[in-house]
Amino acid sequence: MSEFLSDFIAKFGIMVTGLATFAAVIGLVLFLADRAPKRGRDFLQLAIFVGPSFFLLAVGLVYPAIRTTTLAFFSRQTATGADFVGIDNFVWMFTRPEIVITLVNTLIWVALVPTLSTAFGLAYAVFIDKAKGEKILKSLVFMPMAISFVGAGIIWRFMYEYREVGFSEQIGLLNQILVWLGQEPQQFLVNSPWNTLFLIVVMVWIQTGFAMVLLSAAIKGVPVEIIEASRLDGANAWQQFWNVTVPGIRGTLVVVVTTISIATLKVFDIVRAMTGGNFETSVIANEMYTQAFNRGETGYGSALAVVLFLMVMPIVIYNVRVLQQQKEIR
Amino acid sequence: MSTSGESGRVSTGAGTNTNTNTNTDAARAAESTLDRPLGQKNQPRGGKTRRVKQSLTSPWATFAAILIATVWTIPTFGLLVSSIRTPTEIRSNGWWNIFVSPSFTLQNYADVLTVQGASSANLGSYFVNSLVIAVPAALFPIILATMAAYAFAWIKFRGSGALFVLIFALQIVPLQMALIPLLQIFSQVLGISGTFPAVWIAHTIFGLPLCIFLLHNFISQIPGEVIEAARVDGANHTQIFFRIIIPLSLPALASIGIFQFLWVWNDLLVALVFSGGTADVAPLTQRLAELVGNFGRNTERLPAAAFISLIIPLVVFFSLQRYFVRGLLAGSTKG
Repeated sequence: MSEFLSDFIAKFGIMVTGLATFAAVIGLVLFLADRAPKRGRDFLQLAIFVGPSFFLLAVGLVYPAIRTTTLAFFSRQTATGADFVGIDNFVWMFTRPEIVITLVNTLIWVALVPTLSTAFGLAYAVFIDKAKGEKILKSLVFMPMAISFVGAGIIWRFMYEYREVGFSEQIGLLNQILVWLGQEPQQFLVNSPWNTLFLIVVMVWIQTGFAMVLLSAAIKGVPVEIIEASRLDGANAWQQFWNVTVPGIRGTLVVVVTTISIATLKVFDIVRAMTGGNFETSVIANEMYTQAFNRGETGYGSALAVVLFLMVMPIVIYNVRVLQQQKEIR
Repeated sequence: MSTSGESGRVSTGAGTNTNTNTNTDAARAAESTLDRPLGQKNQPRGGKTRRVKQSLTSPWATFAAILIATVWTIPTFGLLVSSIRTPTEIRSNGWWNIFVSPSFTLQNYADVLTVQGASSANLGSYFVNSLVIAVPAALFPIILATMAAYAFAWIKFRGSGALFVLIFALQIVPLQMALIPLLQIFSQVLGISGTFPAVWIAHTIFGLPLCIFLLHNFISQIPGEVIEAARVDGANHTQIFFRIIIPLSLPALASIGIFQFLWVWNDLLVALVFSGGTADVAPLTQRLAELVGNFGRNTERLPAAAFISLIIPLVVFFSLQRYFVRGLLAGSTKG
């Protein structure tokens, strides 16, 4: 216990020192800007306000992104440096079966997660709209959004856990249900290709709450007059939903789908925590980490990062444009 | 339900809504814009039954809603139940057996938190690490971003527009693009790889573009007269920043700060790359990923261990849901 306490105090000290240093530096430069001589004060103040962020982003994001793009055309780094290999790393990616599986898996993820999450989220948002206990019902489905992907991974590892028949009772709920139904228990996370689907379930479980909260807000924003009018025209609930509600929330739907797509393309933690990318479940972000940091293959890792960038970029741009348009309408 | 009753309720809703929008208080007005950054029109806030009951709330819809809610809750509930069963019970049968043979123990929590040693979970240390990482990694980017956002919004300078667009565009860059070179900078140039400052700086950099963008949206909507008046009184940028910008931005700072805090707390990738992976620096998520990597050996520890990592997010979620939702809505495009 005393070991823990001294450890705690030491780390807490580091945190306080870090915070104090940061506050002192920021405070000092702002104070100096305050007292700067009249001549050149404007420029100095500007530099102090924008400078730190600009410097950090230039060194920590712009330069690395350019360097990663360069590294993607070089072999792995050794003590003597790296050799220029042209597009070999990309050729490797599309010719090695296990990496092709990784790419295909990523496409499966990005096809299924946004669709399913949005569908469930929208259905749920409509079902609970103005229902009794709407707030609590919302919280329950939204809760997974607050916890970490690793935590979610552990939660679902227990759902999927498999025990050999006769060896012990099932401790995973899903296999127990199979047993109750008289079926053979399954190794959900081992049997390819279905195991990828079972990982996708976890991501859908997390993202549905996000879709639901945004869509629920949008549904409440559809003008009541239009809904009333459609009802007076004799539209039933189903027609109202498809002809009035859905067109009314189209903008939000696009934002939800694109946002979840971006998050899905970059998914890493779930795969890492649940299968480690084994059993043919790897995705690009996980493979990038494995290649670059476990195997030291900086060239392969960088090439995978570039592919990820190329996949994410169009969606982000589209997302931003939709957001911008909505802002103009507002 | 009668038509007149419906229209009565509708007009009340609309009235309240207009009230919120025409509120001249700078903070409130800007806050309400941040509340629906994704462009929902006329989204009513806070009220319970603003609009009419619709025919869609049929018994079947209610049934489906409760079914979904149950299915969504069971996995977490099961883990919570597992965490208070004895190790033997966890290993030998499923958590639902607690309803047949009730048991309760906090031994698992005590074990994973306090037992020291090479093979123990040692989560106490990692919990401290998570805190020591997340607090500065949430504060640093928020403060730097507020300064930058103020400059972009209220200091006129050449190229300000282009620079702002550039920073905004940086959200496109997935952080995977930055990992390898940034680690090289940390280890070869600065020599701080595997220390707390390395993790703080990495999180600060990755959080900045979005924080600047969101805070700019907010700060640029502070009424110009307020800042003009201060300037006429002889206040310079530093004084305006501390006396006007910070106090008026507090609600936005809270929302975005909470979101950044949870993002850092839940992160695994940045931690794996920059923390060095030992009990000296690495956060809970990293240790959990390690433990779950050897599921068979850690089966009885994992439920309690996972719940320890979930406590802070869940407390934040349920106590500050309003702020959390707002931060999430605003931060949904985080790269």
